[in-house]
Amino acid sequence: MPDYTLTINGKSHAVKDVDNSTPLLWILRDTLGLAGTKYGCGIGECGACTIHLDGKPIRSCLYPVSAVVDEEIRTIEGLTSKDGTLHPLQQEWIVSDVSQCGYCQAGQIMSAAALLDQNPNPSDSDINAAMKGNYCRCGTYNRIKAAIHTAADNMSKKGE
Amino acid sequence: MKKSSPSPEPSTFEALFDELNPNEELDSIGELDLNEDMSLPNNIKMDRRSFLKISGIAGAGFVLAFTLSGKTNAASSEGRSELNAYIRISPDGSIYIYSKNPEIGQGIKTSMPMIIAEELDADWKDVTVEQSPINKILFGRQNAGGSRSISSNWDTMRKAGATARHMLINAAANEWSVPAIECTTENSHVFHGNTSQKISYGNLATKAATLVAPSEGAVKLKDKKDYKILGKRITGVDNHLLVTGQPLFGIDQALPGMLYAVYEKCPAVGGTVDSANLDEIRKLPGVKYAFILKGNGNVMELKPGVAIVATSTWAAFQAKRQLKVKWNESNASKDSWSDLVKRAQLMKVQPAEKILFEKGNVDAAMEDSAKSIDALYSFQFAAHATLEPQNCTAWYSNGAIEVWAPTQSPSRGLTSVANTLGIKENKVTIHQTRVGGGFGRRLVNDPACEVAAISKHINAPVKLQWTREDDMVHDFYRAGGFHSFKGGIDREGKVAFLQDHLITFSHNGEKSVIAGAPRRPSQVFPAQLLNNFRMNQSLLPLKTLCGLLRAPESNTTAWAFQSFLHELAVASGRDHLEFLLDIMGEPQWLPPKNLYGLNTGRAADVIKLAAEKAGWGKKLPAGRGLGLAFHFSHAGHFAEVAEVSVSPAKKLIVHNVTVAADIGPVINLSGAENQCQGSVIDGLSTMLGLGITMEKGRIQQSNFDTYPLLRMPDAPNVDVHFIQSDNPPTGAGEPALPPLAPAICNAIYAASGYRVRTLPITKEGFSV
Repeated sequence: MPDYTLTINGKSHAVKDVDNSTPLLWILRDTLGLAGTKYGCGIGECGACTIHLDGKPIRSCLYPVSAVVDEEIRTIEGLTSKDGTLHPLQQEWIVSDVSQCGYCQAGQIMSAAALLDQNPNPSDSDINAAMKGNYCRCGTYNRIKAAIHTAADNMSKKGE
Repeated sequence: MKKSSPSPEPSTFEALFDELNPNEELDSIGELDLNEDMSLPNNIKMDRRSFLKISGIAGAGFVLAFTLSGKTNAASSEGRSELNAYIRISPDGSIYIYSKNPEIGQGIKTSMPMIIAEELDADWKDVTVEQSPINKILFGRQNAGGSRSISSNWDTMRKAGATARHMLINAAANEWSVPAIECTTENSHVFHGNTSQKISYGNLATKAATLVAPSEGAVKLKDKKDYKILGKRITGVDNHLLVTGQPLFGIDQALPGMLYAVYEKCPAVGGTVDSANLDEIRKLPGVKYAFILKGNGNVMELKPGVAIVATSTWAAFQAKRQLKVKWNESNASKDSWSDLVKRAQLMKVQPAEKILFEKGNVDAAMEDSAKSIDALYSFQFAAHATLEPQNCTAWYSNGAIEVWAPTQSPSRGLTSVANTLGIKENKVTIHQTRVGGGFGRRLVNDPACEVAAISKHINAPVKLQWTREDDMVHDFYRAGGFHSFKGGIDREGKVAFLQDHLITFSHNGEKSVIAGAPRRPSQVFPAQLLNNFRMNQSLLPLKTLCGLLRAPESNTTAWAFQSFLHELAVASGRDHLEFLLDIMGEPQWLPPKNLYGLNTGRAADVIKLAAEKAGWGKKLPAGRGLGLAFHFSHAGHFAEVAEVSVSPAKKLIVHNVTVAADIGPVINLSGAENQCQGSVIDGLSTMLGLGITMEKGRIQQSNFDTYPLLRMPDAPNVDVHFIQSDNPPTGAGEPALPPLAPAICNAIYAASGYRVRTLPITKEGFSV
């Protein structure tokens, strides 16, 4: 089975002897021990495995490892800056107590982070459009939406 | 399901009430735990007499937890002094509090330690919460179910904190040679006012831990007005770990040299393995083992199946696709939903098999009433679909096993794993992980039993991972069912009678499947308040396995009863709010006349509050309407008002849902509000589009493409209002769910004149 070199959260990772059909999700979780990205459905319906591929939110359960070589991969573990400062979304998720079981929340935050990268001041409908691929089985949608608005406000205040 | 000897069913309200001891664990979870073994862990030595004395009282374990533990184990290996089973304090002032019950998203890992910290008078900033070990003697029953964690542990948690505080005060008083009564506490410090001295808990803990724990009567609990932590918005103790993707969940566990397993079971429950292409499977890339397990005869533990163990999850998943099993389906389920629907249609006009509850004279009232209506409400089965698919990790070695289990019932899991392996419970260690959603699915520990058997077979550490498809087709489903109602209105526009013929299912022809029928009349409001009420039951045979889904039984009964009650209000030409309040009448506790009985005053208060906050009676454009529903369950009084729009093409928009709740004093305002909002979204998701059907014994849905949960754009805004009545605090995890479905359906009627009588409502052509 082939070897791959992947760039994840700014670091190069050698991934040896894996089946080329292995979804990136399972490379992250089983091979590299980056367990923040979650398995939910395996068919791209639930969004628990959302990561960034070259800055765009994708479902890592649908991307075989062979398709993501030479691309910048960012996972929830890489959203925090190197000095340990949390992303404004992570900060707001804590303060506004978004999570219930918390299983979907890494995927939610990755979708929201990609949205704010593109659109620093999203409307409700922008948020709905960006987040509709992420299930929350516990039903924390109200708080997720509010937290994205607040984090966007906090980021724009910081930028001023 | 566990076999229990058939017991005579009470057929009248009176007999039922007699049976319902107010102190009994009344919920279905209690029923599941009836066979729980109370054997002693082997590290605690007690004579049989003292054990019986302690285990015989409610909340067994706390006496020991407060006394034995502190003296036998005063300092732990980390230099933390142990004040009792729940509390350890380091010299640096860090306070470690054990949370004993599983965290499944209900927020218990934050709220139970809040109660301890409040009575300890700790500064919440000093507190670190840890998940406790499983130990029946120290912690009693450890599970997450029935919304019982708060109500059944409220006293124990308060005493745990207060006892430790008392010991810290005594240590300080000794230190200063002053009377303990002159000392006070605040923010993790003891103060002596007269001498202006203060000392931190960290500096007192070593000495305090060696003191004798005070007797129960010597401990004073705080006055509510002095609370600094309880009732506030406290954020979840795991929030930071969650948002940074740390490995908290069952699925995240990793052991050195760990292998990865899948387990294939017959798609029709009850099937066994004749043979499988194991030799081919063993040759596939990454596959280490492939073997057949016979099962242990208990479907809640180990069903027959084929295990594949590989070097990665993906290799195991890929191999599973190549697996060809010859199943023996001679005793397997042949259930067919379409057939069950036809049989129910015939059954509803036949005389019922038995009467569940009866009051007054329904037959006479039927003759007499001014107006009567009838309706058939039917609802499909539903799955739990926890977002973290079932999984478990285990390491069997030298006749003992360690299990890392995302379970709602670790106490029961211990027993189940021991049963499966044929070993003693003291050879089983269960580590609680965070749980990616419970909803009742994880009250059954079948994944733990499967991985235990696999790990024993290969004698190696292994993680079992169910695919989403496994998870959906091997669930313990919320039973579907049918309510055939007749109701009458008298000349004053009041309910003259109400009769329900419930058609549900049975595995043995004698008892309904679990949560298939209400267990007490308080679950079928307004049964207790009517003069003439009868609930009949007939059973259809079923092999599909049933279980407990969030707010078991209430989650469908509330929909059928509160929708039909609205039909009666409409038939009598009365406003639903006024109609409901009239039924409630004067404030009174209904039997069993305790916390677990409906209080009509509390009910009226939440109904009025929900109506007021939602603007009941306001003018709305055509196609838009408000719907109201009340339900009492899990000791919680909940009223909800939904505001919806319905287009002629049955496109539904749910704009707002207003929740008014009385669960007594709220422990954690943030957590309780989150539970209520989540229950509304969960309830809407399920009633809107989630149905499980089966044909030839096979579940027809397999993943989220055929079982689609609600998505953000379709989620309403949910406003939550609490009435913090002066009653003991009770749980928030479930009771907000049942009123949601009828509130939506009543709003659909108000908006469109269309009466929904099928769940999920997409079966009647609705969409969002």
